[in-house]
Amino acid sequence: MTSRDVVDRPAPVADRRRSKRHGRQRTWPAFWVFVGPFLAGLILFTFVPIVWSAVLSFFDAHNTVTPTTFVGLANYVDMLTNSDFLASLGTFSVFAVFIVPTTVAISLGLALLVHRLRFARAFFRSVFFLPAACSYVVAALIWKLSIFNGVRFGLANTLLGLFGIDQVPWLSSASPPWYWVALVTLRLWLQVGFYMVLFLAGLQRIPGELYEAAYVDGARPGWQVFRYITLPQLRATTVAVVLLNLIAAYQAFDEFYNLMSSARGYPPFARPPLVYLYFTALGQGQDFGHGSAGAVILALLIGIVTVLQARLFGFGRRD
Amino acid sequence: MDGPHAVGYARSARGRIGAVARYSALVVAALLFLLPFYLLVRNGLATDAEITAPNWTFFPTTLHWGNIGELFADPSVPMAHALLNSVLVSVLQTIGQVVLSSMAGYGLARIPFRYSNWVLAAIVATLMIPAAVTFVPTFVVVSSLGWVSTLRGLIVPGLFSGFTAFLFRQYFLSFPKELEEAARVDGLGHWGAYWRIVVPNSTGFIAAIGVITFLGSWNAFLWPLVIGQDSSSWTVQVALSSFLTAQTINLHELFVAAAVSILPLLLVFVFLQRYLVQGVAESGIKG
Repeated sequence: MTSRDVVDRPAPVADRRRSKRHGRQRTWPAFWVFVGPFLAGLILFTFVPIVWSAVLSFFDAHNTVTPTTFVGLANYVDMLTNSDFLASLGTFSVFAVFIVPTTVAISLGLALLVHRLRFARAFFRSVFFLPAACSYVVAALIWKLSIFNGVRFGLANTLLGLFGIDQVPWLSSASPPWYWVALVTLRLWLQVGFYMVLFLAGLQRIPGELYEAAYVDGARPGWQVFRYITLPQLRATTVAVVLLNLIAAYQAFDEFYNLMSSARGYPPFARPPLVYLYFTALGQGQDFGHGSAGAVILALLIGIVTVLQARLFGFGRRD
Repeated sequence: MDGPHAVGYARSARGRIGAVARYSALVVAALLFLLPFYLLVRNGLATDAEITAPNWTFFPTTLHWGNIGELFADPSVPMAHALLNSVLVSVLQTIGQVVLSSMAGYGLARIPFRYSNWVLAAIVATLMIPAAVTFVPTFVVVSSLGWVSTLRGLIVPGLFSGFTAFLFRQYFLSFPKELEEAARVDGLGHWGAYWRIVVPNSTGFIAAIGVITFLGSWNAFLWPLVIGQDSSSWTVQVALSSFLTAQTINLHELFVAAAVSILPLLLVFVFLQRYLVQGVAESGIKG
């Protein structure tokens, strides 16, 4: 979405005529009655915090939100040379590399299978969508204490045991990094149905004549039709799914926090940016200065990546 | 509605084999998707020994329905209070967000105002900033208001979603203008047209957004965790998480609590799925 999209309002003729007759002072009170309450809240809980955070990022702010010691760019330098913070960005990247392609492949695959069904279609759609009703906390509970229970026997270790494979400490060991299996499968289970619904909506918008034309031209049902008709027609949906997925992966917190932390603490590996910021800003030290600097860096990074993607995919262009 | 390309070859033998393969694959996938729900119920109705048994079994020997009563009778587990908090937060947040966002969306879409494009640009700008990145600064503001560990602190910051307001604006832009024109001729102002004409004719869209908001609000974790520093203000998700990371875990109670926590959503899901699917399809594409 570009700012240009927003600005070029068509200005309907009827509106213009009315505002000329009554003068502009007649409509602005009504506008503020409708938009005012919302905007006031947005300013207080989004704009003020962001500005405040930007200010805090230049101060030494431990345990206080009204700091006095100006430290300049020191917080930014600290964060950008902090190996833990940089490692958290690496953790996000690994997560994204796993989660984005698998989510697209599985949700598109399920959508294609479900779309073609002649009966029980609503049933299967519901089953795959059902995990969307489950929270990350509940899913983490099932994954951690039932499926990937590594200390005792869980479902996964019981199944592996049938093949004579030893118990795997799924979540408590950094090498080999089996914890990725739990993290990725958990998110896949929760979100694949959601994206499947997006793909189903996209599939329904493909005009049937395209397929008929393809068959008349001798295309074989299956791979050829998928490759030359379905996939190109789903381009907009696929781009949306990839972007939504990346944004969601950047904000990963719930499953990392709940799967990896225990009474003994949180292991240093497997901290995505938000988990790292959570412990920095709201942990023992309540270090709002470094936390804010980290948040600003993240916001800038996400902004840059978003703009690059928008350029790359032409997202937000008017079709 | 069938896939249009299914028609041509479904009657052939090849098509029939394909259909069998498709259904088989789907049944296997469906069982995999339902398995975690089964494990939740299985462990919730088992004993701790059965959950952690070295020779794990798919079915527990007996079902311990008493686990549910035990959960709510346990004084060390603030489950009932957490459920109440979650209900209050989700219901109020859903109502508040839909009312505020629909009004803002209507104003932006329909009421001419010289600077409305600037207001819209400011709202759209907030969409670029991932909500989770703002949790540190928002915590700073909310804590200086003295709202930490209060229901206000849980609910109010979540009432103002730029995304929802933007969705409503897009929806109202495509709302048939003739209906409102008729209302205006009958002497209704903007407010009357909104309440008596636009809202009653938009119940499907409002329900779709409402269901999505409720789902997100009920399942929210990061903000309730940040703001709920006192156990009296824990939501269900925070309470569950605190048991998950505690020294000693009462496993069967934890699983029952988790099962109880997803019941409201399963009900919403079963009865309002039509709106949920519509909302996802609409919000996802436009996002």
